[in-house]
Amino acid sequence: MNVINADQKGWSRAQMAELAAHDIPDGSYVNLGIGIPEMVAKFVPDGREFIYHTENGLLGMGPEPVAGEEDHELINAGKKAVTITPGGSYFHHADSFTMIRGGHIDVCVLGAMQVSEKGDLANWSTGAPDAIPAVGGAMDLVAGVKKVFVITQHTTKKGDPKIVKECTYPLTGPKVVSRIYTDLCVLEVTTNGLKVLKLAPGISFEEVVEKTDAPLIACEGEK
Amino acid sequence: MIDKRKSTIAEVIADIHDGATIMIGGFGEAGSPTELIHALIDQGAKDLTIINNNTGNGEVGLAALIKQGQVKKMICSYPRSSHSKVFPELYRAGKIELEIVPQGTLAERIRAGGAGIPAFYTATTVGTVLADGKESRTIEGREYVMEYALKADYALVKCELADRLGNLTYNKTARNFNPIMCTAANTTIVQAHKIVEVGELNPEMIVTPNVFVDWVVEVTEPQIESQMIAQGVSYP
Repeated sequence: MNVINADQKGWSRAQMAELAAHDIPDGSYVNLGIGIPEMVAKFVPDGREFIYHTENGLLGMGPEPVAGEEDHELINAGKKAVTITPGGSYFHHADSFTMIRGGHIDVCVLGAMQVSEKGDLANWSTGAPDAIPAVGGAMDLVAGVKKVFVITQHTTKKGDPKIVKECTYPLTGPKVVSRIYTDLCVLEVTTNGLKVLKLAPGISFEEVVEKTDAPLIACEGEK
Repeated sequence: MIDKRKSTIAEVIADIHDGATIMIGGFGEAGSPTELIHALIDQGAKDLTIINNNTGNGEVGLAALIKQGQVKKMICSYPRSSHSKVFPELYRAGKIELEIVPQGTLAERIRAGGAGIPAFYTATTVGTVLADGKESRTIEGREYVMEYALKADYALVKCELADRLGNLTYNKTARNFNPIMCTAANTTIVQAHKIVEVGELNPEMIVTPNVFVDWVVEVTEPQIESQMIAQGVSYP
């Protein structure tokens, strides 16, 4: 469990992952993207069981192996060594994406370059002329998984908002994200716009508004 | 008598012609038929179209084939590679074509190719630039994009166990694209970690039934790409 200090401002990466983990129902089939989303697996609440899917062909993915036990033929979608849990299974890519595209995976947690107020997600390409486009399974996940959560820093390293009215980067999918976990707040994508569900410690609604390029609806108890 | 075993890799690769379309199994290094790819480099066929999830690692396997200038076009989902500048440099110099395909669409196009289904509709890419110029259709209120099947002249595949009839099993996540590629190529060439007697493979455990396989070569000690890269190996 993450400890929140009295003088803390904002959430750490681990705390964002923990918040997302708490919003995943018991018994869910879950696909975790590369990066911060991978940390979600460390914060499964007591009494809940999640089954992890990784799109290269494994259901029942376990944690990374202890040093020296890595198997180069047992990897996740990020090509890192993983383990398999009891009851886990291996399958080929068409079966793996049948799970994703056929609506059999309940939740995926992804990173983002931008998310719009409508839930549009951009996370695969800057669209720059010299960029090598690399999509992997991102477009399949957002099209097929029942609920798409995003974990991201609220702004870029330069301070530009990542939560925007319209994405300027090429979309991974339109209207696909349901919830966004940032270092400053938790946002729900609603038909009326982005609603702040929770503010991070030491963060005001006004500060979030200032760092967001889209209108926000205040959470209960905030103005 | 049916016997799909061959004793050398060179003889199963020998007929691959210039301009061939080749599916190569593997996801990163897992399930990559490195010895078959190196034999293709030795054989020298060029102007190839290669279908693989990635573009190879370091300067071995698929990355080495690309570096040799034998590949005209890559069809893949994720051309960024670890420890490899081979593809990005050629791509930025305009010396290699790229068709970017979402991973699930890539898998389904191969599956469809093997199943005799010429095209299908999918929700993947709807509303994105990757749907530009493609036919779309609304079915039961949702928009879908049409994608064509993929087929190939050859599939190069790595498996764990095989028998002389061409039945195959795989190892863990090295399975990935290999079984579906076996189904979608005119000629499927397999490197097996071990060839066993017919009847030894449990029929309930056979992943690729032998009808999909043409040639099997035993490679008892396959090279591991990440180890070769760590040792600074550059093929040939």
